[in-house]
Amino acid sequence: MTFSPELEARFAKFLAKYPEDRKRSATIPMLIYAQDEIGSVTPELVAEVAKRVGSTPLQVEEVVGFYSMLHKGKGMGKYHVQVCTNISCLLRGGAELYEQASQKLHLGHKQVSADGFVSLEEVECMGACSWAPAVQINYDFYHDVTPEQLDKLLSGLMAGKKPEEIAEVKKVSC
Amino acid sequence: MADPVKFTIDGQELEAAPGTLVIEAAKRAGIEIPSFCYYEGYSLQAACRMCLVEVEKMPKMQVACTLPVANGMVVRTDTPQTRGARKSTLEFLLTNHPLDCPVCDKGGECELQDMVFRYGAGESRFTETKLHVDEQQWSPVVYYDGPRCILCFRCVRACEEGMGVAALGVVNRGAVSLIAPNGGDHLNCDECGQCIDICPVGALTSGAYRYQTRPWEMEHTGTICTHCADGCKTTLGTRNDQIIRGNNRDRSGVNGEFLCVKGRYAFDFNDHAERLQSPMVKVNGKLEPVSWAKALEVVSKKFGEIKARGGKFGVVGSNHSTNEENFYLQKFARQGLGTNNIDHRRTGDVVTLVDALSGTNGSLATTADMYERKAFLILGADLAVEHPLLSFQIRANYRHHAARIYTVTARAVREDDYAVRSIRKPAFSEFEALEELRGALAAEPELVILFGDTVKGPDVRKLVEFGQSLSIPVKYTALVDYSNSRGAIDMGLVPELGPGFHATGAAGLTLPEMLAAGDLDALWVVGENPLAQAALASKKAFVVVQDMFLTETAKAADVVLPSASAYEKNGTVTNVCGEVQRVKRAAATMGAKPDLEIIGLIAKEMGLAATMGPWLPDTVYGEIRRTVKGYDIPLPLVALGAQQTVPVNGRVGVDVRPDLVWSAHENLFTSGTLGRYSKILNSVIEKRSGAATPEQELARQ
Repeated sequence: MTFSPELEARFAKFLAKYPEDRKRSATIPMLIYAQDEIGSVTPELVAEVAKRVGSTPLQVEEVVGFYSMLHKGKGMGKYHVQVCTNISCLLRGGAELYEQASQKLHLGHKQVSADGFVSLEEVECMGACSWAPAVQINYDFYHDVTPEQLDKLLSGLMAGKKPEEIAEVKKVSC
Repeated sequence: MADPVKFTIDGQELEAAPGTLVIEAAKRAGIEIPSFCYYEGYSLQAACRMCLVEVEKMPKMQVACTLPVANGMVVRTDTPQTRGARKSTLEFLLTNHPLDCPVCDKGGECELQDMVFRYGAGESRFTETKLHVDEQQWSPVVYYDGPRCILCFRCVRACEEGMGVAALGVVNRGAVSLIAPNGGDHLNCDECGQCIDICPVGALTSGAYRYQTRPWEMEHTGTICTHCADGCKTTLGTRNDQIIRGNNRDRSGVNGEFLCVKGRYAFDFNDHAERLQSPMVKVNGKLEPVSWAKALEVVSKKFGEIKARGGKFGVVGSNHSTNEENFYLQKFARQGLGTNNIDHRRTGDVVTLVDALSGTNGSLATTADMYERKAFLILGADLAVEHPLLSFQIRANYRHHAARIYTVTARAVREDDYAVRSIRKPAFSEFEALEELRGALAAEPELVILFGDTVKGPDVRKLVEFGQSLSIPVKYTALVDYSNSRGAIDMGLVPELGPGFHATGAAGLTLPEMLAAGDLDALWVVGENPLAQAALASKKAFVVVQDMFLTETAKAADVVLPSASAYEKNGTVTNVCGEVQRVKRAAATMGAKPDLEIIGLIAKEMGLAATMGPWLPDTVYGEIRRTVKGYDIPLPLVALGAQQTVPVNGRVGVDVRPDLVWSAHENLFTSGTLGRYSKILNSVIEKRSGAATPEQELARQ
């Protein structure tokens, strides 16, 4: 399996970072960045990562199954909308935000639109309790989200705008 | 050793070595701390939370299975708090566990049942719907029922650490976690079934045993597996003379609870539809069933007639028969028929090793040595495939004591994964690597050398010379193929050697010579199938075959006598390490008789009863004790457990044709002619694809 030169360089950096007998430590970062590039965790990717870190495909599958941000099958949409419903967000309206997003996008938990453009996920705590309720789209965070802001955000996305072009919403890049 | 640590558990003042876990220390003091995931010998998991105990000065309850004892530690295992914790843990475990105990294979011997009975709450607060996933079949021998699984991960560790296969893993997380096989929807593995045995509940079930019986309906007989030479004890569960299950949960025998696919499942040849149940005599070129009386009469008359005119006999013994049968057979040949033409299929050059080691003591390794000694040199043998127990022992030794392993083999072997050095050399040229390893080996405190059939004759002597030149204690094991290959040599199934490696001083025909002799008058084959590979030259030979099945050899016979299987008789067998162990009758097949009885009956018919003595296994063993050096071990001791026999400690002094030594290199899924009649061995994909190891099977895909 071949990856882009940038990703290959990133892999090489990860693998060099860990001691010879701890190569398996690179499993998670390799999976997540490869997923960004190819869209999802495919069986070929699992086999390739296993080969590179020196574990068995099943051991990589164990990791993929455990971490909710690694997606098998077709993967998530181009824009992956994640709404937190853990306790802080819940108290500040996170559940309602999730419900709103679900109705607007006509998607349920971990569902992808037919055109693969957008997907929705109800996620666990993303460490933004101080700015609850929080929403994440791909790697961008949105804090203190109100129903109006979410509506604008989702409408903008569906109208083909890029998230950064939707000015009304406060974005925090990671 | 460091000073012992002093601590208190439930008011008992105890001492233990530093590093001892609280759960172990309690067990030794007779205090039970319940647990599911803790399993002696495997890595710690702390997954099940069943073993929570109170420790003074620690704010929360502690997991006894990962907590080492410390000086002044005060542990309490039986308090309202610990009892409450156990109740809650069990309540959680039962939230998704189906209560299908009445139809579960494990019912009656289930650890979860026992724990709930002892520590569980009377009622559950959960009213939600239980999660369900359908049962999966992973191989002909392994089934997985996800909802029953309590996620103790014992199977995952047994497979990865114990077997070195790592065919099982855990996917997903939380309440929807499941055990998963490495082939996606199936297993590519040794098919050993250790995962099933070690499962505390009925999540992993055995294809052979499932829905066959309730455990309490079985009778249990501890006997020795009849396949490879490692001599694992397998406890056969039988009902109405039918063997239903093989395992060794009581950890008796040299193998503890280890068994490979053969010991655990390949008892099924015993009930094969083609088992012979009546003697047969060839009439007009066709084998016709006759009575035992008639068949014995035909054999004894013909044998008597050939003996009277000084005809040429050939007697072939088996690698699977008991010591008693082999001893009795060679006695019959030598004293009853007056011939030294007796042989068996030789699979390892034990004789030259014994000769080369003459004058030394304690130079033959035991099965326990494989777990205890510090360094190993493996020459030309794929232990994981051909000697699964020895491989398992060495792997455990590596895990627990960091044993140092050197392999010199033609192909990659599983031992390479944890070997210090692995050298590839084609078969028969393993020697070239020895000098390369000399420095490293000489620096080891001690060494065990295991070698296969590629080292024989003068090479064995050279190997022993090399070993002695290292100036460290060295033990040896000459690998042989079958359950009593070693015993067959010890009992004198070789023309030049009588029992106990005593030279007979008279020449006799070897097996290939018997088959090639055009003037052979009689060929008597007991439990062997020599005509599968070679033809019988003599057209006039009167052929008598004792076997369980109509093999190639039996088809060519004039008289076929149906014999009992190894699981249907009493006696002793000697394993690859020279350890003598007791086999016990677990079942019976109507019409078949043990070989010992058949030989005895032929002797009686021929009027040789006085020469031969009674055909009772224990009586014959008594004679073996008196006459075969090294076997002077009382039967009650043998019944207690394996006893190593020490062969005659002097030069053997005759050439015993090392060129006739050839191993069949049986893998995990073959077992000579016998293996053909095991449905299970032939049904696993690893066998059907011709791959000898899971590694090869994965590579093939």
